[in-house]
Amino acid sequence: MNVIEVEELTRNFGRLAAVDKVSFNVPEGEIFGFLGPNGAGKTTTMNMLCTLLRPHGGRATVGGYDIVKQRSEVRCAIGMVFQDPTLDEYLTAEQNLRFHAYAYNVPREVREKRIGELLDLVDLSDRRKSKVRTFSGGMKRRLEIARGLLHSPRVLFLDEPTLGLDPQTRRHIWDHIMALREQHTLTIFMTTHYMDESENCDRISIIDRGRIIALDTPGKLKDALGGDVVTLKAEDNDAAARELKEKFGLSPALQNGNITFSVPQGDKFLPKLVGNFDSPLVSLGVRRPTLDDVFLKLTGRAIREEGEAGLKEQMKGMMRGMRGHGR
Amino acid sequence: MEEVLRGTWVVWYRELIRFVQERSRMFSSFAMPLLFLVIFGAGFNRIIGAITPGVNFVQFLFPGIIAMNTLTNSVMSGLSVVWDREFGFLKEILVAPLGRSGIVLGKALGSATIAVAQGIIMLALAPMLGVSLTPMLVLKLIPMLAVLSISLSGLGVLIASRMRSQQGFQIIVQAIIFPLIFVSGVFFPVNNVPTWLAVISKLNPLTYGVGAIRDLFLGGGAMPVGVANPIGVTVLGHTMSIKEDMLIVAVFGAIMLAVAVWAFNKQD
Repeated sequence: MNVIEVEELTRNFGRLAAVDKVSFNVPEGEIFGFLGPNGAGKTTTMNMLCTLLRPHGGRATVGGYDIVKQRSEVRCAIGMVFQDPTLDEYLTAEQNLRFHAYAYNVPREVREKRIGELLDLVDLSDRRKSKVRTFSGGMKRRLEIARGLLHSPRVLFLDEPTLGLDPQTRRHIWDHIMALREQHTLTIFMTTHYMDESENCDRISIIDRGRIIALDTPGKLKDALGGDVVTLKAEDNDAAARELKEKFGLSPALQNGNITFSVPQGDKFLPKLVGNFDSPLVSLGVRRPTLDDVFLKLTGRAIREEGEAGLKEQMKGMMRGMRGHGR
Repeated sequence: MEEVLRGTWVVWYRELIRFVQERSRMFSSFAMPLLFLVIFGAGFNRIIGAITPGVNFVQFLFPGIIAMNTLTNSVMSGLSVVWDREFGFLKEILVAPLGRSGIVLGKALGSATIAVAQGIIMLALAPMLGVSLTPMLVLKLIPMLAVLSISLSGLGVLIASRMRSQQGFQIIVQAIIFPLIFVSGVFFPVNNVPTWLAVISKLNPLTYGVGAIRDLFLGGGAMPVGVANPIGVTVLGHTMSIKEDMLIVAVFGAIMLAVAVWAFNKQD
C-alpha cells in the first residue's frame, strides 16, 4: 500500500519552477530518499507534502489524505523534522515534547509514557529537564526526531537530518533512524545531499532542477552504470594490459599510471585475476560505483557543484520567493 | 472547531510558561510604568495641583499607567510571533493540526492573562498614592483590562504577521504604536488640549480604553456646567460612559483580531 502518492506536483517561485511535475509513490514502511544538490526542489516538495506550501499544480496524498483538501488529517498523520531547528530553546526538552503532545491531542494515559520512551530512544533521558538552549546541534536534532514521533505518525519527514553535524553525530543520528525501522511500521521520507547517507535508503529518487531524473534502489541505480570499477598497477603496465585483453577479453584503459576497467561483479572477478595473472602487480583495487558516479552520469555535473553561478542565482531567487511566501 | 480550541489552549499555555520562566521579563515589564509613575509624579505633582477637586496628578496618572502598561505589553506580545518565526518554532505550530484562528486567539488570551495579572499587582501601589480601592472596582477592572489587552494583542499579531525580523517589528511599534499610546491621555486629560491634539486623541481608539479605566478609578464626580471634565472623554459634547468607552475598544479589538486571523491565514 502506498502511504505517499504524488502526481505531477508543481510549485513555482516567480518564473522558476522549483518543483516541476514531480510524480512518485512511497509504499508503507519504506525509507525513501530525496537526493539532489541544494536548490533542486527537495525542501519545496517536502513543504508541499506537509501542507505548509500550496502546490501550483498536480496532486498528492499522504496517508490517503489529500494535501490540499484534507490538511488537518495530513498534519495528524505526519511527523516533521525540518532542516533548521524548530524547538523552543527556552523550554526544557520535556516541555517541548509536552507542548507537542497537547498540540496533537495525544491521550493523557499514554502521554508521559511515550515521552519517557522516546527520550530513551534518542538517549536524552538524562537531559529531560534541561533547557534546549544548552543542547548541542546533534542533541537538538535527536530531540526533534523524538518529538516528530510522539503522536505516532505514519510518515516521518526528515529534511536534511544530519546537515551541519559532525561525522560522528551523523552516524549516531543514522543509528537512531535505522533503529526506528525495526520498532515501527513507519515510513520515512528524507531529503539529503550526502551521497553516502542516501545509500541507507530503500529507494532513492534523484532530483535536479525541480525534476526527478532517476528513481530506484541505490544498488540498481549503481548497477545501471555497468558494474564495479577495478584499478590496478603493474610493474609493466603495457604487458599487464596486453595480458588482460588476451586472457580475460577486457578493454582496459590507462589513466594516470593506473589501469582501470569495469567488470559486472568485481568481488568475484578479483580472485580469478590474482590466481592466474603472470605480470607482477604493484597494487590492485576494486570499488563499487557510488551515487556520485550515478549523478555525474545522469546530469554531467557532480552533486556538490554549488559554486556554479547560474545555480546560485536560481537559489537566491528561490530564497526570495520563499521569504515572500513562507512564514 | 475543536482544532481552533486546541490551538487557543496550547498557544496560551506556552505563552504563560514562557512568561513565568523569564523572570527578567516579568521584572522589566514593571520597571517602565513604575519609573513613569515615580518620576513624572514627583516632577509634576506640585506644579500641576489638583486635576479635579480631590484628585492630584499622581492619582490622575495612576490609572493611566495601568492602562498604558496593558497597552504596551499587549502590542509587544506580537513580538513573540516574530520571534517564533525567526527561531523556527512557528513551523512546529503551523504544521500541527491546530486552527490558525486559534493560534491568534491563544496569543491574545495569553497576553490578556499576563496583563490582568500585572494590573492587579500594580494595584498594590494604590494605598501609597491615596487612591481608594473597593472589591467592586477590582472585579470590574479585570474584564476591562482583558478586553483592552485582547484588542491590542490583535493589533500586535497583525503587525507581526507582516514582519520577518524583530527589529522591523520594534520599529513599527516605536513609530506608530507608542505615539498612539502617548496621545491616548495617559499623561494628560484629553478634554483640555489644543484642538489638533484633541482630534487625534479622540480618533485614537486607545483613548477610550484609557478613559474607561480612569473613569473606573476616579469617575463619578459631577462637574459644573460648561467645564470640560478632565476624567472622561468628551466627544461632540457627549461625555462617554465606561460602557460606551469599552464598546469602542471591543469593536476595535474585534476588527483587529479578525484582520489578524485573516493575515495569519493568508501567508502561504
